[in-house]
Amino acid sequence: MAAMTSPLRICRGILKEIRALKGPEYKQTMAYNYVMDQFRKNQVTGARYCRAQREALHASHTYLCLLNSTRHHQELHNLYHGKGERSPEEVASLVGLRLPTQPGGKGWEK
Amino acid sequence: MLRPLFRNYSQISQALLPFASRKLRHGQGLTTHCQRANAYASATIERKKFYEDVTISQGEGGLYEINLDRRKLKTPGGKLFTVPNEALAIAVATEWDAQKDTLKFYTMHLTTLCNTALDNPTQRDKNQMITAALKFLETDTICYRVEEPPGLVDLQKNEWDPILDWIENRYNVVIGSSSSIMGPQIPEETKETFHQHLNSYNFWSLTGLEYIITQLKSVILSLGLIDRHLTVEQAVLLSRLEEEYQIKRWGNVEWAHDYDMYELRARTAAGALFVHLTSESATVKRKLLQD
Repeated sequence: MAAMTSPLRICRGILKEIRALKGPEYKQTMAYNYVMDQFRKNQVTGARYCRAQREALHASHTYLCLLNSTRHHQELHNLYHGKGERSPEEVASLVGLRLPTQPGGKGWEK
Repeated sequence: MLRPLFRNYSQISQALLPFASRKLRHGQGLTTHCQRANAYASATIERKKFYEDVTISQGEGGLYEINLDRRKLKTPGGKLFTVPNEALAIAVATEWDAQKDTLKFYTMHLTTLCNTALDNPTQRDKNQMITAALKFLETDTICYRVEEPPGLVDLQKNEWDPILDWIENRYNVVIGSSSSIMGPQIPEETKETFHQHLNSYNFWSLTGLEYIITQLKSVILSLGLIDRHLTVEQAVLLSRLEEEYQIKRWGNVEWAHDYDMYELRARTAAGALFVHLTSESATVKRKLLQD
């Protein structure tokens, strides 16, 4: 069986992600209201095995993973790939090298 | 960098979004290559955000629509963008709402999946999709084992065997694993069983399921995820087992390994959520339980 964290933690996690997306006014978003609504509806007293609740828990866990991974991926993308490719000069200077220059040009310049 | 690039392509052509011309997806041979290149280029060029408010509304036949300010969202194929239920509509709307100054289509996985299901850009029917999905069973990631190094052999045995046992019991089939280049001999009955099982999914969930299978390169892991036996994190870890082993040994490179992993997780999670939100059976079961 899939190991999952508690509903409360998942709920908090999702709300945190929505907040990261929307800033301080995140409580006004549709997603916030829907998530809160769903978690309230699926609360049960006692820890009886309940299929519908398990399904909801798995879905919420998946959604949290989606939001979280998209954010991390985006961060890494901006950090490493956001600016496109580097020019040969930049690549060379990254490792402390300089491209050779030829006095008088290489002959193909206009 | 090349691998994610190719993996991206099928999505990108769809991510070209509401306003791009349909032409991009037609044509063969050389033109297709150029168009692919174009498609990729325009997907990395981020469009300016042209709307403020994102809302959802229920239109004809109870389908949900997405509104950007006052305009209705359309698919790249020009159809009205509609989804079957509220949860999916909100999740898609959240993706659009989350965009800041520019629209980053490569972060909007659920939108992309809906577009694919609505437009069906490759014009396939259910049967063709099932065949394409089951093609992955013959070369399923977790059926291919290595013979060395011993550490990895043990890791594959310990991590992959339980899930293989689970699926063989769950569907009452024989799959097996192999370390030969030809892979295991999978009996026809097994394929038939899976074919019938996949046939019980509707077109939308099948679109999502096929997407997960192509991401994880494994039918077994995908079904484990859809049947809620695995979480997204577990499925992705098992799919990348050899890579993780090499990372443990040689070190982690954030801009390649982590980048790939988060991307794979995001795509897999989007696929799984998409399947769960669009499979009717889940909703029916829930209603029965409530009575």
